[in-house]
Amino acid sequence: MEKGLKKRLFTNKLTTCLIVVLSALTAVPLFAILGQVFYKGIDQFSWSFFTETTPSVYRVMKAVEAGSPIPGGIANGIVGTVIMLFMSMVVAIPAGILGGAFLAENRKTTMAKVISYLTDLLQGTPSVIIGIVVYLWVVVPTKTYSAVAGSVALCIMMLPLIIRSTEETLKILPASLKESGLALGASRATVMFKIQLPAAFGGIFTGVLLAVSRVIGETAPLLFTALGCSLMRYTIDQPISAVPLLIWEFFNDPFLQEFIWGASLFLLFFVLTLNVLSKQIAKKWKVQS
Amino acid sequence: MESPIITFNNTCISYTKGVMAVKNVSADIARNTITAIMGPSGCGKSTLLRAVNLMHNLYDNIHVSGQILFNGQDILKMEPIEVRKQIGMVFQRPTPFATMSIYDNVLAGYQLNGIKLSKAEKDETVERCLRSVALWEEVKDVLTKKGTFLSGGQQQRLCIARALALKPEVLLMDEPTSALDPIATQRIEELLVELQKEVTILMVTHNMGQAKRISSNSLFMYLGELVEQGSTVQLFDNPKDERTKAYLTGKMG
Ligand SMILES: Nc1ncnc2c1ncn2[C@@H]1O[C@H](COP(=O)(O)OP(=O)(O)O)[C@@H](O)[C@H]1O
Ligand SMILES: [Mg+2]
Repeated sequence: MEKGLKKRLFTNKLTTCLIVVLSALTAVPLFAILGQVFYKGIDQFSWSFFTETTPSVYRVMKAVEAGSPIPGGIANGIVGTVIMLFMSMVVAIPAGILGGAFLAENRKTTMAKVISYLTDLLQGTPSVIIGIVVYLWVVVPTKTYSAVAGSVALCIMMLPLIIRSTEETLKILPASLKESGLALGASRATVMFKIQLPAAFGGIFTGVLLAVSRVIGETAPLLFTALGCSLMRYTIDQPISAVPLLIWEFFNDPFLQEFIWGASLFLLFFVLTLNVLSKQIAKKWKVQS
Repeated sequence: MESPIITFNNTCISYTKGVMAVKNVSADIARNTITAIMGPSGCGKSTLLRAVNLMHNLYDNIHVSGQILFNGQDILKMEPIEVRKQIGMVFQRPTPFATMSIYDNVLAGYQLNGIKLSKAEKDETVERCLRSVALWEEVKDVLTKKGTFLSGGQQQRLCIARALALKPEVLLMDEPTSALDPIATQRIEELLVELQKEVTILMVTHNMGQAKRISSNSLFMYLGELVEQGSTVQLFDNPKDERTKAYLTGKMG
């Protein structure tokens, strides 16, 4: 009896120790990556880094000759990212919410099954393939790389995430919520738009933020669609830059490699903010069931 | 006797083909009364009640046959939207719309149906409905707050007010007090006794005391069948069917 208890306590302690050690181990690469990016990137952060565009080869050469720090920044990438994110969200959010609402309401129809399957497929499709497909669909017919093409690629990547989060949130709402709307004589569409979707707001919003943070660092789909551009551009029918594209360019340019860290840290901060924000919103708008 | 407001005529309801959850129910519901539907759990009370406002239309697998007459017209052949405006429903758990204020909750029926009211009409409707559920004095200063801040009993009264706002002829209630404490239950019972002057109440209850206290007529169901119906007094004092007797004396779950 006494012995058995001791043994149990020992096993208990051992398990706890093991769990602590293992979780510490998983945290190592996490902190290593974050530390690396932060340590190297924070030096890059300056006013000009966020307000100036990618330096031309000429400017870089002059700076190297003079021994002064590399001039320029990632403003063109930030602007491109914002423009493409905005355009893709304008389409992906309403379309994704409608798709999710359709799936939640018509679970058993063939149409819903097909859409649901395609959503899964799309979610698992490597982003580089989406880039190539959009290249064929948009870049080839319009004969130019453009912000529009980049937005189409990002939009396609966001869609399945928004569809799923909308569907899942609607599904966990109590059936009586929808039924009490219908019991007042309202149509199904009205109940969906005025009762179910507002009640699901928190979950949908979180889904949108996660979708944005998912695509914001994507390079592959933009390489084939937006291409990149070292100038500051606000037009949507010409090649445009984006922060992840810049990181790729910096990597390929021996003089600009330092910039990788600044741009990466910027992306990390952005994604981190989105995640914290989505956690807060999920807490505040928790679905009552 | 005045013509019944609702008549079930051989109503059968099944969730899966060949399995009847409600079998050949025929009954009359008298106008401006409280009628209680009683029976052990799983006997089909909710299923029968939900047929009256065509809730079953939402689910493809549910099949309803026979007739349910509402003022002589067969509900099963009517538009659900029209039926539901005249036959309100209150659920087991309070379902205030969490995204709306108390004020908007009361008016939800109008808002959802796209019926525009003037500010004066709105104020009048909100006050009248909240007064008729004895909630006005408690919430008149917090009308713009969300309905979910209220207590369970208050929420349920808010839901009754919301159903009453559309001036329905019939109010269906599925165990409306089973989630509430005894005091809140008593208040709602008192309220229903008052309300039967304006609206016919058809109420599912598993609480025999409640049926006895407030209903004038009762239906007793068992395994999907309507075993006995009649005045509540008679059903309790002198049940004709053995199964009713067993249930009322507590010999049956
Ligand atoms: N959504 C459903 N799908 C399938 N069967 C159901 C469903 N709802 C109820 N039933 C069945 O129908 C019968 C009657 O249920 P219900 O009307 O809810 O009983 P009560 O309200 O009297 O407790 C039960 O046997 C129950 O299992
Ligand atoms: Mg029930």
